[in-house]
Amino acid sequence: MVPRFWRKIKYRYDLKGSYCENCGNYHYPPRNFCPVCRRRGRVKEVELPDEGRVLSYTIIREGEPCIVALIELDNGIRIISQLSCDPSEVEIGIRVRKAFRRYGEDGEEGIINYGTKFVPAN
Amino acid sequence: MRRVAVVGVGCSKFGELWERGFRDIVLEAGAEALADAELEGREIEAMYVGNMSGGRYLGQEHIAALIADYSGLAEFGIPATRVEAADASGGLAVRQAYMAVASGLHEIVIAAGAEKVTDVGDPMEILSASVDMEWEGFVGGNLPALYAIIARMHMESFGTTEEDLAMVSVKNHRNGVKNPKAQFRREIKVDDVLRSPYVAEPLKLLDCASISDGAAAVILASEDVAREITDTPVYIEACTQASDYIALHSRKDILTMKAVVKAARDAYKLARIEAKDIQVAEVHDSFTIAEILAYEDLGFSEKGNGAELIREGVTEIGGDLPVNPSGGLKACGHAVGATGVRQIVELTLQLRGDAEKRQVDAERGLALSIGGTGATAVVSILGR
Repeated sequence: MVPRFWRKIKYRYDLKGSYCENCGNYHYPPRNFCPVCRRRGRVKEVELPDEGRVLSYTIIREGEPCIVALIELDNGIRIISQLSCDPSEVEIGIRVRKAFRRYGEDGEEGIINYGTKFVPAN
Repeated sequence: MRRVAVVGVGCSKFGELWERGFRDIVLEAGAEALADAELEGREIEAMYVGNMSGGRYLGQEHIAALIADYSGLAEFGIPATRVEAADASGGLAVRQAYMAVASGLHEIVIAAGAEKVTDVGDPMEILSASVDMEWEGFVGGNLPALYAIIARMHMESFGTTEEDLAMVSVKNHRNGVKNPKAQFRREIKVDDVLRSPYVAEPLKLLDCASISDGAAAVILASEDVAREITDTPVYIEACTQASDYIALHSRKDILTMKAVVKAARDAYKLARIEAKDIQVAEVHDSFTIAEILAYEDLGFSEKGNGAELIREGVTEIGGDLPVNPSGGLKACGHAVGATGVRQIVELTLQLRGDAEKRQVDAERGLALSIGGTGATAVVSILGR
């Protein structure tokens, strides 16, 4: 699991996506290949906006509540991510911004996984 | 392409079958299908097996050869192929068998589906591997969470309520009482669903199908052979498949399962019918919201109006369009790779008039098998 996680670490830490210069579509996670233009696509890596809004969300009730949300960033791209806040603060439409957070670890001796979560933007 | 008929069906009991192994339940379903078709094992020319994750559920790969062996078919050396599309594996096995017969390659083929989930590992965690594990699963987006995100957006956009979702579960439990193969054979009330604990808000325990053990099998034959061996052939008028972006965040509209819309459109065209011509359906209610989406994406209602069908009783046994008379995944139990085959078993029984206490009046039915959150959809239309 370690290589599988580290391989994509810059996209997990920095929230990067891809942009196709041919069709103008953004994609998250980054793709090597534009699924709209295929061979005609000209894909480059781009930094994604820091902020967006919650389109929908759920609170997983297994142990500590965990909020998983579908977020639309300000350039229209969507991302499934966690919200790091109290469940009472969440509702559809709230503005959120990215934050660097701990996701968990691979057992007691495994690496600690970090990545991007979102917090309410004030 | 030539016409293909279902000539035999079989199904094991679904549920937590602690005393029975994978091989036992597969054999039960296969033997029942052969007996139903009045065929001998030696007459089967090929086998397709729907199985999502023998490797993780059982620690056993090479499932198709294993099943062929323990069904007594190794002696004949028939080609046996496992097909996988998460919990659409069963639907896909039927489609592969259908293509093998329709193309003229084989006369008689068996499609089986089987999953034994109670031996090794966490059943829902393994089923959740049907989502994009690196970009949804990593952040906690397991299968219930993603369906919950869809459900909340449907409620926000169209006014669907938690009571509407509960009514799907209540209907399917009511139907399951009449199905001897179902895992849960007791009625529940809307309040029972609403009071059950949240799994992933707004979905509660009784909105979710349980992951269960089970096996099912159908025997398909060419029209010529079918006419010789049975008086009650049920014809497969179409069997289509489509795919979609695997992750919710890649889809423009998470409230429409594009793969379902496409597979259904293609199936209606092939069968030369419209959605309104369907008289009974078995759909993939892995979560109650999935049945509401199915109503809409199959064209039984307009987008956004799916909940009206459940409110008005249209999809009850006895309604204008009974959906999941078997009890669906909710009451039967969701035996992952077996589920898509079990749906064809149910439609065949219904169209032959052999569905006993849950019999509906129908000449044409539809089955919808879905993988994960809808990245695979298989639609079958059967008629007598």
